[in-house]
Amino acid sequence: MMNIPCPFCGARNESEFAYGGPVKPDRPDPNAVPDEDWTAYLTRVPNPLGPVQERWHHVRGCGTWLTIWRDTRTHDIVEGPSDAG
Amino acid sequence: MQGDRLPEGGRIDRARPLSFTFNGRALQGYDGDTLASALLANGIHLCARSFKYHRPRGIVGLGVEEPSALVELLGDDASGNRPATTIPLREGLVAQSVNCWPGPGFDLGAVTQLIGRFIPAGFYYKTFKWPNWHLFEPAIRRAAGLAAAPTEPPAKGHFENRYAHCDVLVAGAGPAGLQAALEAARAGRRVILADEGVEAGGGLLNRRLTISGAPALDWVAGVVAELEAMPNVTHLQNATVWAYREHNYLMVNERAPDHPGLLERNWRIRAGEVICATGAIERMLVFGNNDRPGVMLASAAQAYVNRFGVRPGKRAVVFTNNSSAYAVAADLISGGVEVAAIIDSRAQVSEAARALVPNVEILTGHVVTTTRGGRALKGVEVAPLAGGASRRIACDLLAQSGGWNPAVHLWSQSRGTLRYDETLATFLSDKPAQAVTCVGAANGEIALDDDSDDLPYAIEPLWRVEQARGKAFLDIQNDVTVDDVHLALREGYDTVEHVKRYTTGGMGIDQGKTGNINIIGTVALAQGAAPGEIGTTTFRAPYTPVSFGAIGGLREESVTFPYRHTPITEWNHARGAFMYEAGARWRRPGYFPQAGESFQESVNRECRAVRQIVGVYDGSPLGTFELKGRDVGKFLDHLYTNIMSTLSPGQVRYGMMLSDDGLILDDGVVLRLSEHRWIVSTSTGHADAIHAHMEEQRQTCFPDWNLFVTNVTSQWNNATICGPRARALMEALGADVDLAPDALPFMGFADGQVADLPARIVRVSFTGELSFEINVAPRHMRALWERIMEVGAAFDITPVGSEANHVLRVEKGFLSLGHEVDGTVDPFDLGMGWVMSKKKPDYLGKHAVALRRAGTRDRRELVGLRPEPDQMIPEGAPLTQGGDRKPTEGLVTACVFSVVHDAWVGLALLENGQARHGEIVHVRLTDRTIPARVTAPVHYDPKGERLRS
Repeated sequence: MMNIPCPFCGARNESEFAYGGPVKPDRPDPNAVPDEDWTAYLTRVPNPLGPVQERWHHVRGCGTWLTIWRDTRTHDIVEGPSDAG
Repeated sequence: MQGDRLPEGGRIDRARPLSFTFNGRALQGYDGDTLASALLANGIHLCARSFKYHRPRGIVGLGVEEPSALVELLGDDASGNRPATTIPLREGLVAQSVNCWPGPGFDLGAVTQLIGRFIPAGFYYKTFKWPNWHLFEPAIRRAAGLAAAPTEPPAKGHFENRYAHCDVLVAGAGPAGLQAALEAARAGRRVILADEGVEAGGGLLNRRLTISGAPALDWVAGVVAELEAMPNVTHLQNATVWAYREHNYLMVNERAPDHPGLLERNWRIRAGEVICATGAIERMLVFGNNDRPGVMLASAAQAYVNRFGVRPGKRAVVFTNNSSAYAVAADLISGGVEVAAIIDSRAQVSEAARALVPNVEILTGHVVTTTRGGRALKGVEVAPLAGGASRRIACDLLAQSGGWNPAVHLWSQSRGTLRYDETLATFLSDKPAQAVTCVGAANGEIALDDDSDDLPYAIEPLWRVEQARGKAFLDIQNDVTVDDVHLALREGYDTVEHVKRYTTGGMGIDQGKTGNINIIGTVALAQGAAPGEIGTTTFRAPYTPVSFGAIGGLREESVTFPYRHTPITEWNHARGAFMYEAGARWRRPGYFPQAGESFQESVNRECRAVRQIVGVYDGSPLGTFELKGRDVGKFLDHLYTNIMSTLSPGQVRYGMMLSDDGLILDDGVVLRLSEHRWIVSTSTGHADAIHAHMEEQRQTCFPDWNLFVTNVTSQWNNATICGPRARALMEALGADVDLAPDALPFMGFADGQVADLPARIVRVSFTGELSFEINVAPRHMRALWERIMEVGAAFDITPVGSEANHVLRVEKGFLSLGHEVDGTVDPFDLGMGWVMSKKKPDYLGKHAVALRRAGTRDRRELVGLRPEPDQMIPEGAPLTQGGDRKPTEGLVTACVFSVVHDAWVGLALLENGQARHGEIVHVRLTDRTIPARVTAPVHYDPKGERLRS
């Protein structure tokens, strides 16, 4: 049971949240990029061994969608890389 | 008659005798006994048969490490495979042995012993692999025995969960844990101290030690009293810390909490810091027939004498490789047990150790090679470690100590690393992964410090006795021998994780607490490596078995996930509605049966009422969201496939939402209340998902847009009046808005008063009939509903349930998520390509649908079906060419009895269906095929004249 920091509510049990999946790159303009790039955007989900940026929805709390970096090996919530968005 | 009970001593209450039954024999023990100590007091050593070979087995240990004495409890506390050493004795306890029939003294299964040499490790895998292991597994499991799981929940009492936070969680209330808890508590920190024993003290309870010159248990009592007085301390006994999860989240299973009717309580604790004061567990030595009843861990024999006032044997031999067994020998002698000899594999023994047992023969550099006896120990054979003539010593108790393993289970569950310590010949905590520390024996401090009279700990490892004769068990519970491990290594299972799985060593209920490190040592010896290079297998939760009831607690279905009700639930009940869940936990009326009516008759009557006169249903569960802000229009344009921003205030528009990969998420209607206020209405089942979707889009994609989403599902209820006479009934109810078709047309709405209640009237239709959806605040819903019934009586108004609604929408070909929309179809497949805007350059799902439709594969398209001859088709049935065993070309998504056609009508997804109207297709069932005529998907009023009327 992870302890997830909600920016509004503080650290809360994982059971209050719904998993929102890894953060994908920004949505490209489908009319401006090749179809291969568009399909890649739709279907390729980051799945690293190590820190991954991901979203959680505080659905049984304040309703916030928040972003954390989580180490997939340990569940530790970590600092993201300094150049991350 | 407790023949082996000592005349005095022990932490038992001799004034409170308890009666219990074991294998049908009425016996007696005392309050404070475990089932194991009470059995020993009654002279019963043989209490189980082993799992695989059905060898006779006795009591080996003292607590959770017990590998051997498994019993089944009957009666009120029915449960299987419980170590007798962990069952507190109580009045009326009924227990029986497992793994044997008819009893442990005469066990028919024991014939497997005779063929034991033919069933080595992996025997079952190798022998029963063709055609399929699962064919044989049930029979083998039955033969392997173990107790049956109880078929009924506990008759008396219940389980519960509790959540807690603390600064410091101390696992274990032995000397180190008590000291740690005391220091943390004195520093003002919130402390939870949890210990698996019935009373605090840990190993001190089993010893006769002094601390600072006073009995150690006096020190324990003093600390417990001080902790008791501090409000920042929660002290739990009978409470095992059984799981250590991520983010310092731990589970504690508290048994028999001090509360009437409560069987167990499972704590889920978030701790700032964890202190593992989990002590150490003594390991077995590995020699021939080391499983015979009467062979016991030295610390257990010591505890039975000191703590329970029980004599575990009359004449003992002590076999050890370390210094801790000397105090055991001394305590056995104090308890009236004759100690025939101490067999020590080490060459040197300290003077201090010898001084504890001045009159006992000590054979240094010797080992026990095998034991003698049948169902009870009669003696041991002893030989020099270096080789030489053996000698027999008669005894009925062999107290053995292979050294001590710090209980690093929780530490390891927390992902802390381990290192092998040569001096202690065991694994110790190394680098932490979370905020956790090991202290005391769990940290390798096996003996107490100088302030006590404990002997300093010294050990020389003896992983197995080379000269062992007979089966030498590494894992008593799963009958894993040294030969099995050697076989596994020969066959290429050469890492300790593979050895574990191939031999099942350490995979029993005890999880190898007394034997795993001997397996590691045996592998190390065979491979010429150090145990530290072999490493341990992974420690996983639970530390000890936990009942499912404790994990579940009170969370049975409707408590965990309550039903949702509308304000007229009580009216529905009073009306005799058949209620069930219809999407997203809403309890809704399925239909309103009248006396003598069948299900189908009720549904037909409700449908006829809507088609011919007027009906009313409760549409409250539909998802309702209010969106406010300057950017709602463009937000909805992005979410919906059609254009919403052009909607004028006062208008309603149907819309469909896709995910960005082109799958249909939901359909519903949008109302524009004013320039910047909108209502989004969704299906019932997907309301929560659509809410999350809207918030995700708003918060993560368009955080700077001026826009708010508020869930107002429970702020609005509605009664929907539908049928040819709906307008007449509305007028009879009294509405202060013009209801004429020109003034309030289909897909329009108006705010006003209906039946003197503030209401919003919306002209949408889910039935295909003229409909007025009267939306009111929940506090007015019941009054509105009753008024409709009252005024509607003159119209023969009929309340309509979910079943009739389903029939009516299928007749109209209206899609239903989960039926016609299954995650593969797009709006074009449903004949609704018009809903996908060509004008908008981009919206969620547009490009994905275009890409998918550019493919050449045939699409499954929505069609109507008319079975010929008329009959019901099961929903979900496949369509194949000719009804033959061929690839499916579609499926039946719905089939209902249409009162309009007086026949069954259906909807289906069919390959190229839109071009196949008029064809006959075939429904393939297991026992027959049903031909059906393909039609347009609208069975009723295809021009929509009625709903626009």
